Amino acid sequence: MSHTHPAPSTATLVGSAVPRREDPRLLTGRGRFVDDIDVPRMLHAQFVRASVASGRLTSLDLSAVREVPGVVAAFTADDLELNAITAGLHRPPEEYVPTGMPVLARDRVRFVGEPVAIVIAEDPYAAEDGIEAAKAVYDVLPPVLTEDAALAPDAPLVHEEAPGNTLLDVSLFATEGIDRIFADAPCTVRVESRTGRQNALPLETRGALAQWDAREEQLVVHTCTQIPHQVRTVMANCMGLDERAVRVVVPDMGGGFGIKCVVGREEIAVGAAALRLGRPVKWIEDRKDALTASFLAREQHYGLRAAFDADGHILALDADVVCDMGAYSCYPFTVGIEPLMASSEMPGVYRVPAYRVRGRAITTNKAPTAPYRGVSRPQYVMAVERVFERAARELGLDPVEIRRRNVITEFPYTGVNNITYDPGSYLESLDLCEKSLRDEGWYTRQAEAAEQGRHLGIGYSCFSERTGYGTAAFAQRKMKVVPGFDLAEVRMDTTGALTVTTGTISHGQSHETTMAQIAADELGLELHKVKLHQGDTERITYGWGTFASRSIAIGGSAVRRAAGKLGERLRALTAGLLDVPYEDTVLDKGRVRLRDDPERGLSHVELAEVAYLRADLLPAGTEPGLTATASFDTLSDGTFSNATHGVVVELHEGTGQVEILRYICVEDCGVAINPTVVEGQCRGGIAQGIAGALYEQVTYDAQGDPECTGFMEYKMPTAAEIPDITIHHLETPSLITETGAKGAGEGGTIGAPAAVLNAVNDALRPTGVELENTPVRPEQIQLALEQAAHEHKESAPA
Amino acid sequence: MSSNTTDHQLVSLTVNGTEREVVLDSRRTLADTLRHDLGLTGTHLACEHGICGACTVLVDGRPARSCLMFAVQAEGKQVRTVESLSDDGRLSDLQQAFADHHGLQCGFCTPGFLMLAEGFLAENPDAGRKEIREAVSSNLCRCTGYQTIVDAVEHCAAARRGHQEGNVQ
Ligand code: FES
Ligand code: FES
Repeated sequence: MSHTHPAPSTATLVGSAVPRREDPRLLTGRGRFVDDIDVPRMLHAQFVRASVASGRLTSLDLSAVREVPGVVAAFTADDLELNAITAGLHRPPEEYVPTGMPVLARDRVRFVGEPVAIVIAEDPYAAEDGIEAAKAVYDVLPPVLTEDAALAPDAPLVHEEAPGNTLLDVSLFATEGIDRIFADAPCTVRVESRTGRQNALPLETRGALAQWDAREEQLVVHTCTQIPHQVRTVMANCMGLDERAVRVVVPDMGGGFGIKCVVGREEIAVGAAALRLGRPVKWIEDRKDALTASFLAREQHYGLRAAFDADGHILALDADVVCDMGAYSCYPFTVGIEPLMASSEMPGVYRVPAYRVRGRAITTNKAPTAPYRGVSRPQYVMAVERVFERAARELGLDPVEIRRRNVITEFPYTGVNNITYDPGSYLESLDLCEKSLRDEGWYTRQAEAAEQGRHLGIGYSCFSERTGYGTAAFAQRKMKVVPGFDLAEVRMDTTGALTVTTGTISHGQSHETTMAQIAADELGLELHKVKLHQGDTERITYGWGTFASRSIAIGGSAVRRAAGKLGERLRALTAGLLDVPYEDTVLDKGRVRLRDDPERGLSHVELAEVAYLRADLLPAGTEPGLTATASFDTLSDGTFSNATHGVVVELHEGTGQVEILRYICVEDCGVAINPTVVEGQCRGGIAQGIAGALYEQVTYDAQGDPECTGFMEYKMPTAAEIPDITIHHLETPSLITETGAKGAGEGGTIGAPAAVLNAVNDALRPTGVELENTPVRPEQIQLALEQAAHEHKESAPA
Repeated sequence: MSSNTTDHQLVSLTVNGTEREVVLDSRRTLADTLRHDLGLTGTHLACEHGICGACTVLVDGRPARSCLMFAVQAEGKQVRTVESLSDDGRLSDLQQAFADHHGLQCGFCTPGFLMLAEGFLAENPDAGRKEIREAVSSNLCRCTGYQTIVDAVEHCAAARRGHQEGNVQ
């Protein structure tokens, strides 16, 4: 496959840090988010939510709700009669149990916060008064709240149809003779690593505004989702409508990070209520619901065993992965997303010759989970990086050196997991990261600090991240609906201005700028001549939205292809009009000119005028209009961005606080369409990774009541906790995508937890304590430091 | 408590220099009044319990969380929202600094940070990076990792000081 068109001579925008086109609107308060849209006759919805983690809803009395002044209606599951949201995998019953998520729970509730009724009122205050008047009676059942409880032999069942509370149980790889390798290996290490439940926490909560458009015979739903086309599909399915009777529009979106790339039940209920009432209905999730009843993430357990030779080369990896997915499977990814991702990608950047893995998704009485930036990779990278740290200690090797001996250096490389990695800079990024910290004197400072009794630690993490997941990669998961490709359309109007439409949707990633950069370069246009349209199911046939760092790698490639096709049309039109061979034409700065006669040519404006307004001049066989569409899919296994993160921390005796003194990220996402945007993605991702490593955790009490109901309890880090971060770019262009770009959305989140944890453990080295679970909170640090102080006293001469 | 039984009140306040009169439910927050009664949707809500700062506006020149204030409490006060920063359609120096330093991604937290910084710099024109970081830590942003927000405010402050010194000479 030829991977790139020859770059047009005027290509200057791709690779340059052009200012964001989103900014003026967002900086002046002229952004338009869902809650900014008010329409005439609009009603407001809130949800009555289950107050018990597990139980039977024996009665639900809404009569008092309907009496509340301002309340217009209240509906239960029986009133709305909607089909459940069911995602699926094509796997045998012993591997996978499909479960539906009802839009409103009918008789069985499975987590605190599960919606059981929707209340609609004239204003949001009245809607909240309304839900307080609901009277629900539950027959409380014992909740299942932890992995151990879920897997206990006599555990109550969250879903009757899922024995052992296991929704997915797969053993994807098992190298023959692996037990022999472990038996003979000079060094084996074991790691048990658990990560806390987290909230992806976009600052804008979820929300939807649904209204019936009688003229179009369409239910128009404005909602903040990363996957508008899939919301449309599910909404139509749940309500039994033709898909064309639903239009999903995504306005500006205040972050998503994955939890908005699954279909929520609330937006479906809001749509159904709007249809029923014949009036627009708006629902804006409040923060309490966003923290407790929305989709959560993470909470995984990795039991890893690894065998090494005496020189520190890894010989085998044996893994047991258990993911606590909460109460329901998300659409379209299912509960399989986390364990399948971890199972197939765990060897990561290392040459692991033998591999065995079991991956399980278990269900518990907690809010369901959705993919969150990184998806399993922050966790498995952390666990695998702990394996190398452990082995380095056992074998007396330097932690960087052991990585150096094991990272993949020859590309393309096909791993024991049957994945072929495209070229990357695994070793180079590691070397540069270490050199940077060394040159800045951190190793010297660490030694000096130790002499003063201070605890400085240096930690690294190396990883690659599959970014351009195409259809083939997702099909391997055996999903019933398979994401992967994307579409783009370009349309030039009579003034030569270009509108690009994609199936991806930006929620902070600057697509309006970067997609325009790609299209403008391809056609030799100035940036201001290009505008992006995204997030409207009426504007493009289908799209897979924005997740898995796929937008630029796949959506951007589709844009380049579509623009390329339009370029061909412009050149063909020029050739016809000037009566010259097609091959003699080139696109150049807003016009098509002759290759050898730069003076002779036609501007895009002149060509567009002919294409639309003077069709009488069109050369024979040329169609009017100037539009083109294209699709793109990454073949084979997709693209792999990579990075090394290096962190220096200090542990403060007395408080147990971890302070990050230095953070360096050496990243390689192939061609960076806009380096500023890439850096922004890195920094934001790293902040979320640090949050997971040191601060954030969703917790529940013994009854399954969420303990984090606001920002007082859920500790999202502020500017005081997140350090300045230096980013070095390496560039190994992808051979698979049209632009050479790979994808940069998730890397920061993937690399940070492992690097931070390794740095903490390096600082704890004198204590002999190694921490493997996150978040690492001051209590644990404190304990470790006290132990160390104690031992120090014991061993000190009297 | 319900919307009908609560008393309605006439409140006059000055918003972005214009005097406004609104009849509203006494429990209505200033944020909702600005957003939905006056149509100034630039001010955002992300927690409604006073922690995230997305709803920050200036009340009599000082940063305040409009989700924690009832609109009736703004009676007779001067309120400034993000819409006031660039009256003439051109970005103010502070807004331009945010654009120059990529101090925003999704932009949802941005109006709150802008108003926080606007109020903070007015009172602390000499603030250095450390103080700016401290001030900025009273608002939450999930996208940027904060560094570029600190950069933006710091550069804006430095430019304003440079400008002033220039005037003095
Ligand atoms: S919305 Fe007011 S502080 Fe969060
Ligand atoms: S830019 Fe998205 S929350 Fe700050």
